[in-house]
Amino acid sequence: MNRGAAVYANSPGDLFMEEFEVNNPYLPYPVRIDSVVTETEDRNLKTFKLVFLNPEDEAKFSYMPGQFAELSIAGLGEIPIGIATSPTEKGFIQFTVNKVGKVTTHLHNMQAGEIMGVRGPMGNWYPWDLLEGKNVVIIGGGFAFTTLRSSIIYMLDPANRPKFGDISVVYGARSPGLLLYKDELAAWEARDDIHMHITVDGTNDPNWKYNVGFVPAVTKQKAPSSENAYAIICGPPIMIKFTLPVLTELGFPPDRIISSLEMRMKCGIGICGRCNIGTEYVCKDGPVFTLEKLAQLPNEY
Amino acid sequence: MLEVYFQKAKLNEVIEQLIRLLRVYAPVLKGAYHEFAQIKTASDADLGFQNTRLSPKGLFHPHLERMFEFSLAKGDPQASILREVPKDYSPSVILGIRPCDARAFQVDDVNFDTSVVKDPWWVERRKSMTLVGLACNEPCSTCFCTTVGTGPFDTNGLDAVLVDVGDGYVVRAVTERGEELVLKLGLKDLVPDEAAKKAEEQKVSAEQSLGRLFDTEAIAKRDSAELFNAGFWEEVQFACINCGTCTFLCPTCWCFDIQDEVSGEQGERVRLWDSCMFPLFTLHGSGHNPRSQKLQRVRQRFMHKLKYYQDKYHQGVACVGCGRCVTQCPVNIDIRSVAQLMSASCIC
Repeated sequence: MNRGAAVYANSPGDLFMEEFEVNNPYLPYPVRIDSVVTETEDRNLKTFKLVFLNPEDEAKFSYMPGQFAELSIAGLGEIPIGIATSPTEKGFIQFTVNKVGKVTTHLHNMQAGEIMGVRGPMGNWYPWDLLEGKNVVIIGGGFAFTTLRSSIIYMLDPANRPKFGDISVVYGARSPGLLLYKDELAAWEARDDIHMHITVDGTNDPNWKYNVGFVPAVTKQKAPSSENAYAIICGPPIMIKFTLPVLTELGFPPDRIISSLEMRMKCGIGICGRCNIGTEYVCKDGPVFTLEKLAQLPNEY
Repeated sequence: MLEVYFQKAKLNEVIEQLIRLLRVYAPVLKGAYHEFAQIKTASDADLGFQNTRLSPKGLFHPHLERMFEFSLAKGDPQASILREVPKDYSPSVILGIRPCDARAFQVDDVNFDTSVVKDPWWVERRKSMTLVGLACNEPCSTCFCTTVGTGPFDTNGLDAVLVDVGDGYVVRAVTERGEELVLKLGLKDLVPDEAAKKAEEQKVSAEQSLGRLFDTEAIAKRDSAELFNAGFWEEVQFACINCGTCTFLCPTCWCFDIQDEVSGEQGERVRLWDSCMFPLFTLHGSGHNPRSQKLQRVRQRFMHKLKYYQDKYHQGVACVGCGRCVTQCPVNIDIRSVAQLMSASCIC
């Protein structure tokens, strides 16, 4: 049991876990909103750049791509959100937040300079030790691209790029205006050490120069090789449902297909009891699971 | 370990001595039911109780825990920054706790106190409290502690235990902390042979009255997916009204919610008991709910207690057989029958 924890142990995140022994794990670090960027044309997604009020807290907040944190707004509550920055980016952390409920709606109305809190990092991360020396295929859809952005930035960092083989990315949104991180996508397109396949479900834009089609179809068409490769897939359930058979067809075995789950969470540290799938707490034993592991758990997510 | 005896006539004197030494929680009759409460005088305690209606879990994991406080005042440089709420961890004793309820804290320890994450409030209260139990001479008809690995005289969760032998109490220290307390109380009388004999007889008779109602090992051995998909959940969940009484009373149900409460310019972050019986427990912001159906929630409760907990921690089930959920369920759902269904080798 607890395979996730066993596989991903001995990584830097263990250090922060030990911090939990001395710190109150429910107490958020105070942060200042440094900037707010509206990402999408429907204005439902904004990226918040946060800076720690106490520099020593940044050192304690040592994370890996794939982890998440609880964003805390005093008087409203907390929300679990994937960390969109990479640990190779120093001095700030970033979260891209969809406007959904009470806390996120309030957050969307907050301005640069305001004070809020961050608690974490939480959960496991993509298995970077296993991914070393491998080709990596990243498949994302919609706004579930945040920890995938973190992963791409992490792998493209000059110190890390030699550790990985080919990097391929299939990223889709309903329309061009709903893609996240458009400037970075364009910059990655221009590079020769990452194969970008950006796609939209449909568009009237005559200047659209990338793919048109659903993520599963584009994945099938671009057919990234499964040879010595792992696939990381994040997106809406319908996208995942139709992409998994494509990956299987391409030869990816279940232990080399990695996904990240969402669940309603409160504590974020495996104590409050609500985010379990069978024996596993998504907040602590996940959110990253291999398809192989998920197949052993009850289908309740 | 140290073993002493005192006459019942001396009970109040012993409790008064305890109150002088420590903060004392004991069973107190409030209305028609007993509950654990702090006592200021010996006569408040009532050891002639069967068990409390609510489990004593609230002494470690209060129904409402004030976690943090904060200011929202404009211009306050500390506004929106959460501060810890000072807590009183004065050394305390729980007097008269039943062995099953004390064992429940050990069941919960693996959740709150792990090698990587420690819940500060749980851990500090556990450190501050000495548990002096009262052995069960006459278990209720709804008790099934021996079936789930504890028992009416189980001392595993206790620092010391009292055995009511009619005219007096046999006091047995179980841990160093318990022994220290017994010594501080100045109890020195040796246990008369008759009392020792009676205590042993009562233990045997109490244990024999309980029997073994189902096999937890068999549930551990069952395939999780097969149990999850079993047909009997339909029947089990049929009458449930998702009232949450079972989880509220249960000594091993630890789930909680976290909420912010604001009054004027001051606020608090609090945690409150929550329940897997409620649909909101798992409702996503998107509207998706992995346990939107009553069947899924009822199944979660029993699977967590009897299967997932066993599979995750390998130390038995997350149930101590106190029977509170059995006696208080408004529609008579009985965990003993559910466990029998779950442990059956064939469910066809």
